[in-house]
Amino acid sequence: MTESNGFEPKIIGFFCNWCSYAGADKAGGMQQAYPPNVQVIRVMCSGRVDPQFILSALVKGADGVIVLACHPGDCHYKEGNCRALQRHRLLLLMLEQLGIEKERCRLDYVSAGEGEKFNRVIHEMVAAVRTLGPLMPLPEHDSHTIRSDAPMSSVAAP
Amino acid sequence: MPEKPKLAIYWAASCGGCEIAVVNLHEKLLEVDAALDLMFCPCLLDTKKKDIEALPDGAIAVTLFNGALRTEENVEMARLLRRKSRILVAFGSCAKGGCIPALANFTTTDELLATLYRDNPSLDNPEALIPAGTTSMPEGDIHLPALLGRVLHLAQAVEVDYYVPGCPPESHQIWNVIETILSGDLPPKGSTIGCGTLTVCDDCDRTKEDKRITAFRRSYEFYPDPTACLLEQGLLCMGIATRSGCGAPCTKANMPCSGCYGAPDGVSDQGAAMVAALGSVMDIGDTAGLSEEAIAGRVDAFLAAVPDYAGLFYKYTLASSTLGGRVGSSKSTPLSPPLSGGKCSAPPLTRGGREGLTQVPDCNLSKQSGEIAE
Repeated sequence: MTESNGFEPKIIGFFCNWCSYAGADKAGGMQQAYPPNVQVIRVMCSGRVDPQFILSALVKGADGVIVLACHPGDCHYKEGNCRALQRHRLLLLMLEQLGIEKERCRLDYVSAGEGEKFNRVIHEMVAAVRTLGPLMPLPEHDSHTIRSDAPMSSVAAP
Repeated sequence: MPEKPKLAIYWAASCGGCEIAVVNLHEKLLEVDAALDLMFCPCLLDTKKKDIEALPDGAIAVTLFNGALRTEENVEMARLLRRKSRILVAFGSCAKGGCIPALANFTTTDELLATLYRDNPSLDNPEALIPAGTTSMPEGDIHLPALLGRVLHLAQAVEVDYYVPGCPPESHQIWNVIETILSGDLPPKGSTIGCGTLTVCDDCDRTKEDKRITAFRRSYEFYPDPTACLLEQGLLCMGIATRSGCGAPCTKANMPCSGCYGAPDGVSDQGAAMVAALGSVMDIGDTAGLSEEAIAGRVDAFLAAVPDYAGLFYKYTLASSTLGGRVGSSKSTPLSPPLSGGKCSAPPLTRGGREGLTQVPDCNLSKQSGEIAE
């Protein structure tokens, strides 16, 4: 699916309270326009973003997830961003095996002063996911859980 | 003398190890027999499906159902036993989370069939026949239980009363489960029983110190120190993300935990929990002065030591994991390289009026509704 089909990516953003969230504020303060596709969840540290949150977001309808952290060495809690990076690189390897493109799960660094970089990263993320299309293209398959009253034809292929 | 309550043990897509674990109750089996009438167990007894069908609904007190759901027949038996049983227990990791059979969810069903029946070099199948639910023969249609589009765990097909983890469940825990059920003092429905709530680390008596791993290592590479934490020695021991209750027999035998008891209480996705844990203990060394790309590269180099993280971390729980298997993404790359000759479902490999043989189930990969056993 492409832009011409009216696909608007839904992206969940986990932004670190100390740098990236302030960076997003900075971009707003600079009145820079950026796509509204990223729904922001402010976390105290990128190290707080459990990989379970990312998987849950993807399974509950997000087409992509972006985690924004402090630059290496700038973490308010010393090494939370380092942990986030290590988890992210490992999660990418697993997501590839699970059929999810790495562009759908991005980690980047935005400091409190980097409004312009924030703007660029969000533009890039939205464009990348827009190109990939929806994560789950078939809404009618939203659940493969079989109910006991469902006919057998619905659980087995022809 | 009043009739003893009926006990059934059924296997769906399983290996028989759960039955072995029950037999490993040894002399306690006599106590089981004294209290319960083991009346259905295809592995051990000759009772037939029609005998179960002839019972009134709810006639069986307890069914221990092991095995994942791979075929239509598995689902049919799950529904039958659900109807006939007052307590249905998802017994063992296959019934609880999919276990080894559910590793098939890393690929699509037609890729799976193509590999198994058409492309493996050791095959002798010149007609490229692939089993299907219905096959037209000159004499008429013949039927086999068709594969489901995806391997399911028991609770994805029927309502489950209790879950017993383990591959197989440890015999002392099986005894605890039977005692619990016999006592009549049952935990809330949906509970995971015959296990602890913490992690295997709680059962493991190795010395645990500060966890900073400078490299991942694999079991074949070295002989681990028998007293120090295996994770601290670089082995990807899953104990840190696995439910307690087994007594840690693997780490006692100097082998890393492979995670068969599934996720502990409060964790919905064992693989994600492992990622979170490892992300905290990896030590890539001093990164001062390195560029962000160089730091990421160093992490990647660290991670390159292990080839199959998803298979390792979801070995027992893929069906009940958040994603449930490979996701039907619009442009995703398959795990395996594309099959020569394309997918087996198209073009039809017809031969001599046997069109039916070429039909393979669609892969029905889709979003899971987040229904997780824990």
